[in-house]
Amino acid sequence: MEKVSLRDAYGDTLVKLGEQDERIVVFDADLSGSTKTSKFAKAFPDRFFNMGIAETNMMNVAAGMAATGKIPFVSTFAIFGTGRAWEAVRQTICYPNLSVKIVCTHGGITVGEDGASHQALEDVANMRNIPNMRIIVPADDVETEQVIKAIAYTEGPFYVRLSREKFPRIFDKSYKFKLGKGIVLREGEDVTVVANGVMTSFALLAADILEREGISIEVIHMPTVKPIDVELLVESASKTGAVVTAEEHSIVGGLGSAVAEALVENYPVPVERLGIPDVFGRSGKGWELLHYFKLDEKGIIEKVKKVLERKR
Amino acid sequence: MIRFEPSFFTERNRDIDEATLSVIAREVRKDILKMTSAVNSGHPGGAMSATDIIVTLYYYKMRHNPEDPKWEKRDRFVLSKGHVCPALYSVLARTGYFPFEKLNEFRRIDGDLQGHPDMRKTPGIEISTGSLGHGIGAAVGMALALKLDKSDSRVYCMIGDGEAQEGSVWEATMAASHYNLDNLCVILDNNNLQIDGPVDEIMSIYPMMEKWRAFGWHVIEINGHDFGEIKAALDEADTVKYKPTMIVAKTVKGKGVSFMENRAEWHGKALPPDLLREALKELGEIV
Ligand SMILES: Cc1ncc(C[n+]2csc(CCOP(=O)(O)OP(=O)(O)O)c2C)c(N)n1
Ligand SMILES: [Mg+2]
Repeated sequence: MEKVSLRDAYGDTLVKLGEQDERIVVFDADLSGSTKTSKFAKAFPDRFFNMGIAETNMMNVAAGMAATGKIPFVSTFAIFGTGRAWEAVRQTICYPNLSVKIVCTHGGITVGEDGASHQALEDVANMRNIPNMRIIVPADDVETEQVIKAIAYTEGPFYVRLSREKFPRIFDKSYKFKLGKGIVLREGEDVTVVANGVMTSFALLAADILEREGISIEVIHMPTVKPIDVELLVESASKTGAVVTAEEHSIVGGLGSAVAEALVENYPVPVERLGIPDVFGRSGKGWELLHYFKLDEKGIIEKVKKVLERKR
Repeated sequence: MIRFEPSFFTERNRDIDEATLSVIAREVRKDILKMTSAVNSGHPGGAMSATDIIVTLYYYKMRHNPEDPKWEKRDRFVLSKGHVCPALYSVLARTGYFPFEKLNEFRRIDGDLQGHPDMRKTPGIEISTGSLGHGIGAAVGMALALKLDKSDSRVYCMIGDGEAQEGSVWEATMAASHYNLDNLCVILDNNNLQIDGPVDEIMSIYPMMEKWRAFGWHVIEINGHDFGEIKAALDEADTVKYKPTMIVAKTVKGKGVSFMENRAEWHGKALPPDLLREALKELGEIV
């Protein structure tokens, strides 16, 4: 699969939006080259605001802009946008339900060499616990472009999590992102695998390998973590009777938690969650770290076998 | 390699001349470039602006013991701008905290030298940093605790000028003078560059001497590449009573390699092999 840059797709889409709509304003905190908001800064210098290394204030200022009729996109690394600035996001953006679009790059362990301090393994959890916030974790560039366009014109706050590393392309131009909906990428009978971000490509890989072993996997890509697509989860779980979740995020509070919560209350089946097991990351190359933490097809296959045992 | 016995470091204000400090600093700059180029990642620019100050702290000023990193009587150094840890790792290795070969582990998955300082993995690191604006608060906490213990150990902390944009830096600044922390000395690495460009263009922190003075600090301005001035400022800080000291060190990002100096692009990018060779030659390495 061809590897593509989600953050470049973000920067390019911002420019397209900026061309069509004067209300679009963009904020960054000294990382515009990395988050690719630099593309917007170059095209529309008057509507780009570099707030310096001051993420908390950046969120409050963006909220003020939203309250004054603008459509602010706010970017930095995921850990600073959802961690450092958390309470500003809660108080000034989510509580008044303002249309601030927080789009962060450098989510997950694939941040790589910078190590634990910079690897956002909690960002989805951080945002999921705030009322009014909605969360999207795209898998590739095609989906990123559609997500950015969709949230620009949907009222209220959003958190979109993008990566530093390039990810394999999953979708072609015919793909249509629907907010709050999962997509069945592959139908199967024995186990449902629910994934997002880079893990969706590994889920497809695992499904191929398991098919040769006679195990039939249903692969669901779940870009919207909140609100989670309960209907699709119940439908698939009632067919397969077992679910594995896979995310490039802590096992605490992310996609796995959201899926488990939905199933436990609506259609209890055995669930196994693949993610970072409640530990901090470490330095290494991005893809090396994915394999180090078994966030790959092998890790998914292990969880599938485990959940199959529990199913019997 | 210039080597000292661990006992050399256990008294402050050592007899070490500026020529020797400058030879050591040049070796440290080479280490920084080699470490970052070996893994094609890391932050050479701000490490090179910080080098002369960190070398002076560890070789001239601070009371510490490389053989016993947790020695009770040691002075502490907090690298709040944690991304420039290659400079600190090099100094820790060269003063004897861990074997020199360990520098090869920098940023590697099978190594312990993390991309940003980790106090649980690396001897000599006083607090884990990496996210900007936090270390200075921890330094305030250490200074307060040492006061409670009636210890005469001192706390040194280095922050970046971009880092000074974080509100938490000013919360720590307020607390330090509120508690009269004359055992705290912070050094601002004023290279006037951050990632996206010059500090005064991205988000100005100027005038800043006046800011820290208004917050009740003793403020000294120096050339951060003049060992005489660095020593004198650190000595002056020892004499200040009831106030923390801020040393505003005018520095040059990428200092020591002409084509890296004052260039934002070398903030977080390693030199490719050909430029590394050129840079090492300029730093006097025989290749
Ligand atoms: C809270 C936080 N926001 C953003 C970053 C990313 N970052 C790393 S270094 C840096 C620029 C630092 O500039 P400065 O403090 O001037 O450091 P120096 O010039 O000495 O390298 C930024 C924005 C970070 N590490 N922490
Ligand atoms: Mg700087």
